[in-house]
Amino acid sequence: MLIDVHAHFLHDRSPRTDWRERNASRLRAGERVGITVHVASILGSWGATSPIYFPSPADVQYGNDFLLALQRSHPSSVRGYAVVNPNFQSHALSELDRCLDAGMIGIKLAASRRADDPLLDPICRVARERGVPMLHHIWQHRRRDYPGQEASDATELGALAARHPEVNFLLAHIGGGGDWLHSLAAVRNLANVYIDLSGSGVDGGMLEACLEAAGVERLLWGCDLTIDTGWAKLRYLEHLLAPPELEQVGWRNAARIFPPRAFPAD
Amino acid sequence: MRVDVNTFVGAYPFRRVPGTSAEALLQAMERVSVDQAWVSHLPSVFWRDPAAGNPWLYEVARRHQALRPVPAVHPGLAGWEESIREARDQATPAVRCDPTYYGLDPSGAEMRTLVQTCGAEQMPLMMAVRLEDARQRHPNDRAPELPAAAVRSLVRTDPAVRLIITHADRGFVEEVHFGSTPQESARIWWDICWIWGPPEDHLQTLVQTIGAERFVFGTGQPLRLPETGGAKLDLLDLQASQRSAIESGNVSGKGLSAAR
Repeated sequence: MLIDVHAHFLHDRSPRTDWRERNASRLRAGERVGITVHVASILGSWGATSPIYFPSPADVQYGNDFLLALQRSHPSSVRGYAVVNPNFQSHALSELDRCLDAGMIGIKLAASRRADDPLLDPICRVARERGVPMLHHIWQHRRRDYPGQEASDATELGALAARHPEVNFLLAHIGGGGDWLHSLAAVRNLANVYIDLSGSGVDGGMLEACLEAAGVERLLWGCDLTIDTGWAKLRYLEHLLAPPELEQVGWRNAARIFPPRAFPAD
Repeated sequence: MRVDVNTFVGAYPFRRVPGTSAEALLQAMERVSVDQAWVSHLPSVFWRDPAAGNPWLYEVARRHQALRPVPAVHPGLAGWEESIREARDQATPAVRCDPTYYGLDPSGAEMRTLVQTCGAEQMPLMMAVRLEDARQRHPNDRAPELPAAAVRSLVRTDPAVRLIITHADRGFVEEVHFGSTPQESARIWWDICWIWGPPEDHLQTLVQTIGAERFVFGTGQPLRLPETGGAKLDLLDLQASQRSAIESGNVSGKGLSAAR
């Protein structure tokens, strides 16, 4: 059993004409690596009709619908995060209800609103009531505002996590760019923040630092946009960890924080 | 046989990196089935005289047969030609120069002279595009990344020079390859450490569009996990001959090894 907690799929209304090939490539590579379940999200129209990180309600809905269809067509290997834009609060809350009722197993927030903003509190209350975790896009040590996103860093996610101790948060892609040491220090003592190991970064020493900061019980394996680096980290973890610990990172920790029966082996 | 052309020994100044000793490198090589590593001295990339790390590098290589030294050359310092002569005498597989880290214009007069000398000496020249992701570098680690335009310019400077470029991504590789004549691009080899695998499939695409003969196995360890190289290859749809070429054939083949 191996769960990729940070996957994405594309769709026919995204700017990518190769969306089918990319989706197929993810599934094919997943089989090669041994990924049992891709827990995925679709960020609106991926920029086609609204910005990737500021998706319109219509684009949010189309992306979520596409992912729900993908989940239905791949019932054993694809699960969905419901993506919402907190700036459209009533739409976000109704969309969460719709998607979670339809079988999605988590919430994905990207960078439409800073993580410590009060607008995220009602969304966190839904996460608590529905018993689903929240994957939050993170810029590891945000030193300024970057164009195209209202990015958050671990300190800001930590503030949200401290306000909602009964919700489990996934700090996205520790290897996804930025100063991961800053992030690890910020969430070291937050028991409800899990470290998603995905991202193209494969820095020597990063996985050891993650283990030291969060412990094996708060690490979650994932790939994001690069399955090759995900596989490399998994291979290195085989060297770092005993088999039971590797199982924790590879799937057991995920199975614990996602809803019961979210995955085939549950 | 697997040759990792992109490895380092020695401490990194901007963060704690485990496994920077020669012994740790050898252990990592064994773990990921690398038979031979081309190794550079990491601290001296940041020294005012990078060649000052070469004696230590040669000594490390003397003690460990699986390590082949890639000494540094700073063409802006008087007497730099001696570094090339020493490399030739030591039968190194290449020399390296990281102009932006040395504060040199990457396509300026010093670099053009170095390229001409490397061409005349039939000594491959290795350059890194970057060592870390720009988004995570230390606030005081401000050297620019190697520009693709510089590589295009340098390969045109001398018809005999051969370049090994590490840490390049797909866009960089394509810009240089298709911005050069076939004769020029045939003298450039790219390591695979920074090229994405699936689902974006950048490496698979490049193997198809540029050819497996242009790529060499490199990891950037210990700054990067050495497991990445093998994972990238295991996710490619390659003929056995293509995989063998990337893993070792291209560095031992006529194009890159004729000088040694």
